[in-house]
Amino acid sequence: MARITLNALSRDDEDIAEAYTAAGGDAAVLHNHEASSLVVSGNKVLSANGTEGIVLEKKETEHGVDIKMTILKGYKIPLPVHLCFGLIPKDGIQEILMDFVAEEDSEVELIAHCTFPNAEKVVHKMDAKMVIGKNASLKYTETHFHGPHGGIQVLPKAHIIIEEGGSYFTNFSLISGRVGYLEFDYSVDAEKDSICEMVTKVYGKADDKIKILEKISLNGENARSVIKSRLAITDNAESIFRGITEGHAPRARGHVDCMEVIQGNAKAEAVPIVRVDNPLAKVTHEAAIGCVDKKEVETLMARGLEEDDAIDVIVKGMLA
Amino acid sequence: MGLQGYEHEDGSVIFDGEDIAELSITERARKGITLAWQEPARFEGLKVRDYLAIGARDNGGITEEKLKEALTRVDLKPEKYLDREVGEALSGGERKRIELASIITMKPKLAILDEPDSGIDVVSLKEIVALIQTLKENGSSVLVITHREEIAAASDKASLMCEGAILRSGDPLEISEFFKNRCIPCDSRVSPPKVI
Repeated sequence: MARITLNALSRDDEDIAEAYTAAGGDAAVLHNHEASSLVVSGNKVLSANGTEGIVLEKKETEHGVDIKMTILKGYKIPLPVHLCFGLIPKDGIQEILMDFVAEEDSEVELIAHCTFPNAEKVVHKMDAKMVIGKNASLKYTETHFHGPHGGIQVLPKAHIIIEEGGSYFTNFSLISGRVGYLEFDYSVDAEKDSICEMVTKVYGKADDKIKILEKISLNGENARSVIKSRLAITDNAESIFRGITEGHAPRARGHVDCMEVIQGNAKAEAVPIVRVDNPLAKVTHEAAIGCVDKKEVETLMARGLEEDDAIDVIVKGMLA
Repeated sequence: MGLQGYEHEDGSVIFDGEDIAELSITERARKGITLAWQEPARFEGLKVRDYLAIGARDNGGITEEKLKEALTRVDLKPEKYLDREVGEALSGGERKRIELASIITMKPKLAILDEPDSGIDVVSLKEIVALIQTLKENGSSVLVITHREEIAAASDKASLMCEGAILRSGDPLEISEFFKNRCIPCDSRVSPPKVI
């Protein structure tokens, strides 16, 4: 593996920068040498920039890239690390293998944009292993843009271990353009005094298919977690949500919260599952599927919005 | 207001010389009529600043200064509230004040306030009255639905409604007295006059 620790840049690419912007990213940050960044198009690493406290290794494979990122012990990375994964052609496969470690007492924010603006027959897979060390913190925001065609399968899978006192906050968002087929599969093992918050926000249209599978095992004493899912589906889109939280230790606290708005002929299924085998643990859940709240719509209509515009404002707010 | 669940059976609703009985909520709002609900809605993810700006769209938008002024009018600190969500994290009273602020930014011809004092502490009744005065000064007519004598007293005219019919209209104090002396807490009856 090539090992990059400081400012080792390869060439940039206009197409991916444009696609990055389409996904909601600010391409200028990819040129900021004070911030770490990694840009991968297909199986090519277009640029990689590491800053002090971050060890970034990458290896191009047949269909993607193997990445190993380590936040060194005690480092609080001052600026977010920007990641861009994408595929510009209308067909192809991209497989990302990610091995992430935040060492003890480290702190970092990762902002990832995954962009496939022309996808008609694309497969994007990510298989990640993440370890949040003792008292370390990771905030991970992942925003997807799949273009207007819906011809894409996106299969992100991750296993996260949060060690004692660690915290992990993740926010996955896919709200503009089509979804295509999404199978989101994250599982977390949370140890003593750790905190985990997982948020997913997806807007499905046409014949999009959405599967959200999330599982948090609260293994350690006083571990706390929230799974929060906000889905809006319309037309003939379908969604399935499974949010599992297990309380295995004293004073472990977990909550599963799923809210889905459906319109048109869309079909939604939500199954929050709570399992507790320690009498001092407590896990709660709530799930709601339905149309947009009538009073919310009428309130906005009474301010002059048409009904469709009012629904749009409400759905975008929920997914914001 | 044309809300769902209420069907027009008979008669006319005349506003500015036009029968609006068949108009939708949006159409009525665009003619200058709006409503503040007794129990305001929650809007997850919608910022207070965006919510307040919605009603001002048809008036050419709104400035930051006007947004702050509207919040100040309902006794909320703009720097604390403008970027908060109109969601569950706000108390009922806070949402009520924000709802009333949204009426100020809309500048309607007619504002219907359904129990504007509900969820707001008694000490703040004076603020509600002041707010009604502000709306009036801004050129809005205000129709208030209330059970509070203090709110009724601030009105120019009051009507007593029972079972969908107006029993009596006139001076607010006189109507309040009638209500206190003649109405009894039952479904729809008016008690006989007191024998002195």
